[in-house]
Amino acid sequence: MTMATTTRKKLSWFLLCAVLLAVLPFMVGHVLGNSWVRIVDFTLLYIMLALGLNIVVGFAGLLDMGFIAFYAVGAYTYALLSSPHFGLHLPFYVSIPLGAIFAACFGLMLGTPVLRLKGDYLAIVTLGFGEIIRIFMNNLNAPVNITNGPQGINLIDPIQIGGVSLGESLHVLGLTFPSVYLYYYLFLVLSVLVVIMGMRLQHSRIGRAWVALREDDIAAASMGINIRNIKLLAFALGALSGGVAGGLFASFQGFVSPESFGLMESIMILAMVVLGGMGHIPGVVLGAIVLTIAPEILRDVIGPLQMETFGRMIVDPENARQLLFGLALVVMMLVRPAGMWPSRRRAAEFTDAKRDAAQKG
Amino acid sequence: MDIFVQQILNGLVLGSIYALIALGYTMVYGIMGLINFAHGEVVMFGAMVTISVINGLVGAGVSLPGPVLVVIGLLVAVPACMLLGYTIERIAYRPLRGAPRLAPLITAIGLSIVLQQTAILIWGRNYIPFPPILNHDVLNIFGASITKLQVVIIVMCQVIMIGLLLMVEKTRLGRAMRATSQNPAVAGLMGVNVNNIISATFVLGSGLGAIAGVMVATNYDQAHYYMGYMIGMKAFTAAVLGGIGNLGGAVAGGLLLGIIESLGAGYIGDLTGGFLGSNYQDIFAFMVLILVLIFRPSGLLGEKMADRA
Amino acid sequence: MAQTLLKIEGINKRFGGLHALSNVGLSINQGEIYGLIGPNGAGKTTLFNVLTGLYMPDEGTFVFDGQNLFRSKPHKVVAAGIARTFQNIRLFGEMSVLENVMVGRHIRSHAGALGAVLRGPGTRAEERAIREKSLELLDYVGISDVADERARNLSYGHQRRLEIARSLATEPKLLALDEPAAGMNPRETEDLKTLMSKVRDGGVTILLIEHDVKLMMGLCDRIAVLDYGKKIAEGVPEEVRKNPKVIEAYLGVAHE
Repeated sequence: MTMATTTRKKLSWFLLCAVLLAVLPFMVGHVLGNSWVRIVDFTLLYIMLALGLNIVVGFAGLLDMGFIAFYAVGAYTYALLSSPHFGLHLPFYVSIPLGAIFAACFGLMLGTPVLRLKGDYLAIVTLGFGEIIRIFMNNLNAPVNITNGPQGINLIDPIQIGGVSLGESLHVLGLTFPSVYLYYYLFLVLSVLVVIMGMRLQHSRIGRAWVALREDDIAAASMGINIRNIKLLAFALGALSGGVAGGLFASFQGFVSPESFGLMESIMILAMVVLGGMGHIPGVVLGAIVLTIAPEILRDVIGPLQMETFGRMIVDPENARQLLFGLALVVMMLVRPAGMWPSRRRAAEFTDAKRDAAQKG
Repeated sequence: MDIFVQQILNGLVLGSIYALIALGYTMVYGIMGLINFAHGEVVMFGAMVTISVINGLVGAGVSLPGPVLVVIGLLVAVPACMLLGYTIERIAYRPLRGAPRLAPLITAIGLSIVLQQTAILIWGRNYIPFPPILNHDVLNIFGASITKLQVVIIVMCQVIMIGLLLMVEKTRLGRAMRATSQNPAVAGLMGVNVNNIISATFVLGSGLGAIAGVMVATNYDQAHYYMGYMIGMKAFTAAVLGGIGNLGGAVAGGLLLGIIESLGAGYIGDLTGGFLGSNYQDIFAFMVLILVLIFRPSGLLGEKMADRA
Repeated sequence: MAQTLLKIEGINKRFGGLHALSNVGLSINQGEIYGLIGPNGAGKTTLFNVLTGLYMPDEGTFVFDGQNLFRSKPHKVVAAGIARTFQNIRLFGEMSVLENVMVGRHIRSHAGALGAVLRGPGTRAEERAIREKSLELLDYVGISDVADERARNLSYGHQRRLEIARSLATEPKLLALDEPAAGMNPRETEDLKTLMSKVRDGGVTILLIEHDVKLMMGLCDRIAVLDYGKKIAEGVPEEVRKNPKVIEAYLGVAHE
């Protein structure tokens, strides 16, 4: 096959995907209803979150179990700046970047004291940070009401782009775009940008430095890599992505409360990265899609299924969902620890590790 | 001054319980170099099973004194939790011994979730009250009040911990455990069945955890499917504070953390001019954990780590 | 007149109760091959780690190429011009051979996160340059045919060469080699000697730890001898070989 035909093939695939993605909300909306388009929108948000965490865990190899905190910071910043809460209604191009920058600062604050920690210890400390942020969000309603405590902040402004509010339907060219469709396109564009950002970082001087850090931090330091700086960079960039996703979430949902930002959410995002294929961008995207969509499907199926088989509900859907999630984590690590779609490099790391352990044992 | 003594006493009760749970964490870390994330859930199971047994006996009309019922409950719960601990090690940790450190951490988290959800399946989501079979007579010490039950908790913890320390120092099993934690390969060459020792460590820690679970349930008069998480975190903090891998450290760390937390909760309003209230209590453990891991990761009684760039 | 490149004086390093390095001082001249020998446990690798920023010395002075590197972090040391290899080869096993060397170029390039994401012409040109230079270095040490292999799949001898290529990528003025000939047969050792001479002739000063005393005597311009953390001799090979303290350290006190 000549160069021209290969490029033409790639181009046709690309165009096909682009067209499919463009009409996706319509297809999903008409077949499954707009509630499922909403789920697709959340999937895109989770893709952004998972890719952000992928920079920290997948690229730099730093275990972060409190990642949701950056989502929370981004979300609350937007909520405080673009809602009736303080009477500020700043436009999105101020609130979201501010939220992202604020989140990045928190990322640096988290990263600086933990530079010497590794593995389990790092996981626990980051978990602690995440919890501390949540506890503060939950309690900063007295004596001065900043976050409105457990009730959260609602009536958050939707995003307005050039006079068009994404919170209302748009009628153009004879088509009707409900709000969830509009947000879909926005999230899709941003997700693509985050994917591109991730890919470019991966195949760059910084990306190589992160792999070196992961493989052998002492050798990496001896090659002139400023370990402190690239670790902080990973935390900051991951937090930045989380913060952007958080701001988008706040505008989309219209409401934020500490409940959405607990330990389970951090674990869920970590699971998306690890079960998808740590460090491998397509794998992480797959992980985010599977772990967002599967529980939703389960939710719709588990109730009726139990009624049919047993005549009554033995396990409530939420309980079943979590139980299966926990089982999935255990089973995946035992059966396919490199993830659903690992990079060839990572899959090889696991087989080598198993071989080394077998020889030692 | 009254508050001070009261909080110290509260701290001792809490701290003794933390110490008992911390021993489980520290033994496993000493032998395998990993944090058993699911340990808190074993503690929770101990509490829940005991309560169920007691409720079952009371419901069946058995009229034995309160403490006897608790002991019977423990006689069921302790072996059950030991079995649980053994199963956790075989399923989540042993198959992943050679794998990168992330894998056993994820399985542990997964198991933790599975155990919590199973608890919901069995006992529901609500707080389960502890059966009203124990009396809560209050004693007065230096102007502060403490129940007889709490005194029993403190004493029992000390007895158990001394027993454990003696076992580790003097018995063959204890020697094998110490050898394995220092150098598993060589211990194996010396005839120690490393796999069995590791299982024994988990089983022992889980048994202690079950007892601790019952103590928590009697101290707070209730149990809940989520109770393992917070108390596990705090006990882990205690283990780190004292020097992870060090049994004496777990005890010291537990008592110290309990006292820090109680004093903190008691005085936080005054300390921060009313800005923070006792609802921030849980933060103390996290703050201690973070500060210790950053500034003195070897803990109070652990070895100082090498000075590297 | 030989120009001093590296000079350390009064270096002390303690680990708790263990006094690993006691008042160690030496100076290395530009363009020489300087050897460090001594019995096992004498503190050679400890000194290496101090010179490359992995250990912080407790006392002393450390001047390199006019710069004060006392207690400097590893990346500062590399930036100043000292690169090292490790006794038990620390390659980035899962990366390719070429990528390993490209990591070595990190300190001499500067594209940051922004550059990576925007990928403008400047960044792309830098990436091309990094790749080309790395290929050149692989060729220089003689392993360009395995450029795309995973580093951990290489033979032992090739791995050693890769480590040297990676260190050379940092453009060092001083290359510190920790037992590069360990585990090599005589033929491989000869090849290594040739490579080291080639590197030195290219303008890089070499600091070398080795156990093969014969190799050292033949290769090095000057040698320092450590024993129990102290320097017991320093000078040209002929002098050092005849030094009674050195003989005693290696062979024990001569029997009457």
